[in-house]
Amino acid sequence: MRYLTARKRAEGKGASHSGTEHHWRMQVSAAGLAVLVPTFIFMVGSAIGGTHAEVLEAFSSPFLVILTALVLVVGMQHFASGCRMAIEDYTHGSMRKGLIMLVYGLSYAITATGLFALAKIAL
Amino acid sequence: MCNRKDGPMAETKRVIERPLSPHLQIYRPQLTSITSILTRITGNALIVAALLIVWWLLAASTGPEAFETANGVVTGWFGDLVLSLSVWALWYHYFAGLRHLYFDAGKGLDVRTAETLGWIVIIGSVCMALFTLIVI
Repeated sequence: MRYLTARKRAEGKGASHSGTEHHWRMQVSAAGLAVLVPTFIFMVGSAIGGTHAEVLEAFSSPFLVILTALVLVVGMQHFASGCRMAIEDYTHGSMRKGLIMLVYGLSYAITATGLFALAKIAL
Repeated sequence: MCNRKDGPMAETKRVIERPLSPHLQIYRPQLTSITSILTRITGNALIVAALLIVWWLLAASTGPEAFETANGVVTGWFGDLVLSLSVWALWYHYFAGLRHLYFDAGKGLDVRTAETLGWIVIIGSVCMALFTLIVI
């Protein structure tokens, strides 16, 4: 008699090896961005084009700094996951691995750089 | 298909006109497929705007000379072009993403509703992009 349940035997056998986890992460970050982006686009859009002093003034507001940090972290995670999906659709083998590493590296670099700049201006 | 009179042999002699696929010259793209691929294109293209804005922010935190350089590019013709298109891309991706969440919930999947939603995404994104560019 087998003590493994049907679910346990099926787990990890799908094409993704992680079930719907990747898709679920996309849905969660999409919902988060749906809340954040409208305010972000108008506030940052207004800040772009100002003088140096005006830009520093705008990003000394805790609201805009936290909003921008959230859009950066969630947005870059959403980008990396979404771009990975596109890469997996069109490429294979080493090319696929290399491109995924590149995209994740780029996303993490943009996030870290943006957070550093925000902290330096705001604090 | 093959009735008793002709038999299977008669079937093979006849020249059967089958459609050659894909028929690219007369292929009619569907609104649903075009709006779907545009979601991916706009989402990936937004990385250019992200790079520009983070560079601009880093320059602002560094000092006045660095800011002058970055601000010159971001508010110059190149920055204006990229950011204006990105405003549309962001609104397009926004509405199309909401449509995907709606589809994922198992709703709006009949052809009529799906095409209506496609038009809402296209018209909504253009209107919101124009509104955003006027306001900011």
